[in-house]
Amino acid sequence: MSNWLDSAVTRADSVSDWLSPQRKQSLELLKATPWPTRKTEAWKYVPINVWDRAELQAANGSDTSTNSDPIEGLESIDLVFVNGELKSEVPAQLPDGLTITALAQASDAEQAWARETFSQVKPNRHLFGLVNDVLAAEGVLIRVAAGTEVKTAVRIINLVGEGCESHTRVLVSVENNARATVIEQSSGNLLSKTTAFAEYRIGANAYLEHYRFALQTGDAMNAGGSHFELAAKAELNSTLVGFGSQLSRVDVDVTHAGEHAFAKLNAIYLLDGKELFDLHSTIEHAVAHGTTEENVRGIVADNSRAVFNGRIHIHRDAQKTLAELNNRNLLMSNRAEINTKPELEIYADDVRCAHGATIAEIDKKALYYMQSRGVSRAQAQIMLNFGFINELVDQMPNEALAQWLRPQLRARFANMEVN
Amino acid sequence: MLSIKNLQASVEEKQILKGLDLEIKPGEVHAIMGPNGAGKSTLGYVLSGREGYSVDDGSATLGGADLLDMEAEERAREGLFLAFQYPVEIPGVSNLEFLKAAVDAQREARGEEAVSSKDFLKMAREACKQVNLPAAFLRRGVNEGFSGGEKKRNEIMQMLLLKPKLCILDESDSGLDIDALQVVAEGVNSQRSADRSFIVVTHYQRLLDYIKPDYVHVLSEGKIVRSGDASLALELEEQGYAWLQEQRATDETA
Repeated sequence: MSNWLDSAVTRADSVSDWLSPQRKQSLELLKATPWPTRKTEAWKYVPINVWDRAELQAANGSDTSTNSDPIEGLESIDLVFVNGELKSEVPAQLPDGLTITALAQASDAEQAWARETFSQVKPNRHLFGLVNDVLAAEGVLIRVAAGTEVKTAVRIINLVGEGCESHTRVLVSVENNARATVIEQSSGNLLSKTTAFAEYRIGANAYLEHYRFALQTGDAMNAGGSHFELAAKAELNSTLVGFGSQLSRVDVDVTHAGEHAFAKLNAIYLLDGKELFDLHSTIEHAVAHGTTEENVRGIVADNSRAVFNGRIHIHRDAQKTLAELNNRNLLMSNRAEINTKPELEIYADDVRCAHGATIAEIDKKALYYMQSRGVSRAQAQIMLNFGFINELVDQMPNEALAQWLRPQLRARFANMEVN
Repeated sequence: MLSIKNLQASVEEKQILKGLDLEIKPGEVHAIMGPNGAGKSTLGYVLSGREGYSVDDGSATLGGADLLDMEAEERAREGLFLAFQYPVEIPGVSNLEFLKAAVDAQREARGEEAVSSKDFLKMAREACKQVNLPAAFLRRGVNEGFSGGEKKRNEIMQMLLLKPKLCILDESDSGLDIDALQVVAEGVNSQRSADRSFIVVTHYQRLLDYIKPDYVHVLSEGKIVRSGDASLALELEEQGYAWLQEQRATDETA
């Protein structure tokens, strides 16, 4: 039982557009989905009732973060949503091959591919994904035409005011032999509820560089997901960065639908105070010759809690799959908590797979080495923590984004209590 | 400069140093030789303040300051430098960032003004050149993926930048080919001065062909059992350390 879910179902009636047939299906599923309890595996470590209990009252407090400012050195088209409403104009002039359309403005041709994608790439087991299906009245469609390389990144920013809800949807099609960069970003710390879901189809031999910066903190509750389907020889290079809030949840799904596809997934979470961050990833190797490299690293301080559930599912026909999943955690206090569960489910016999999870304290040898050069213990710890995370930041293909991110991560470390 | 009296130290309840005495004056180079397990590396760790090494008795002062009472970083700021036998790899922390943090911390402790990033980069590049490391190594993770020789040269590079009062070189020659050995030795020799002292810990005499010591000590069973001038090293090279056991046997029967 959830009052909030009931209200979401009621509110769904007022969302009506060309996606209504698809939305209706999700609504039926949603009605049949019980509100999670402690016994629901997918929400086992998450106090989901805070979402239900929190009464939102729209206030005048607005998001004061400057995260919607342009990123230095990054060539991007920025689309800003505030409380679920698209506030940016789509530029009239777009790079060759790139089409960006607000959901409401979609042409018949746009609607055709969008219908094929909406709620098709994203599995329907995600509760808040279904919520987003029925409540996300606004969103954008991004299409990169076959054979074109779009160097300008498309950056989608979600801002939410105090006491508000925001439900936004992004659908992306990177057609055969095309190349593109998409950034999903959210920030803010005021009491609010956000669902932000994105679905990506990556065509044959196409390349997507993807970033999700889930930087909401404090009271800003959010549940979202990025979901990908890879055609033959498609390549995905994704970096996810999460800060915790009273409830932050991200679901990532990757389906290898065509052979010889490659998915590189790096994820970082940095938690402090009483924050919670929950990342669930599922990789479906449905066909042969797919490769997945997933590296997840987290630092968990003070009273915070991290949850990582990483599943790799190798179907019977997915021979010659290469899959690696690694989750490494640094625990900064004895009150912090990490719940990690890497899962490999293999039904093919000729595959190479590895998975592992570690939880460690800081490397004492490295700490001593740095101290022996005159660096204080506290500063050495900050540098080591940063180094642990920076290894993945260094792997980000876009240096401008890495440079934008590093000071924000440093600021987080500087505040973390060392004990 | 350095005064060690009756130093006794243990690791995990096992006593390693059993009453070590050593006096080093400014500008002197002392070589410490000895068989494996004699406590050569332990001396460096104890002086530099490594966790897990407990001092049971004795004293060690650097320029009059009680070393054993300080945190590892304070000892470094007092001017102690240990070139590690096995330098630690720190992926994700760039060499340059690490060096800058170390130099900044030491300058701050001495009440000196901070060096600008630009000037520091210049100094660091110069130091790299001196030890024959490409400047690109400054951008790499500390010791990350460095070969054995590169790690040793990186240690000497740090020494050049930090300008310590007392340098302890812990088997800086191990695993080096003759070219790398010369680079290390030249780096050290360039830093020899009237107000800087060195302890060169080594298993072999080879390094001492290049770094001429003023004194040579033999460490065995946690104590200095013999001291002499540079000729002692040559004698050891010829005889090995077997005579120590014979001496011990004689001592025991006596």
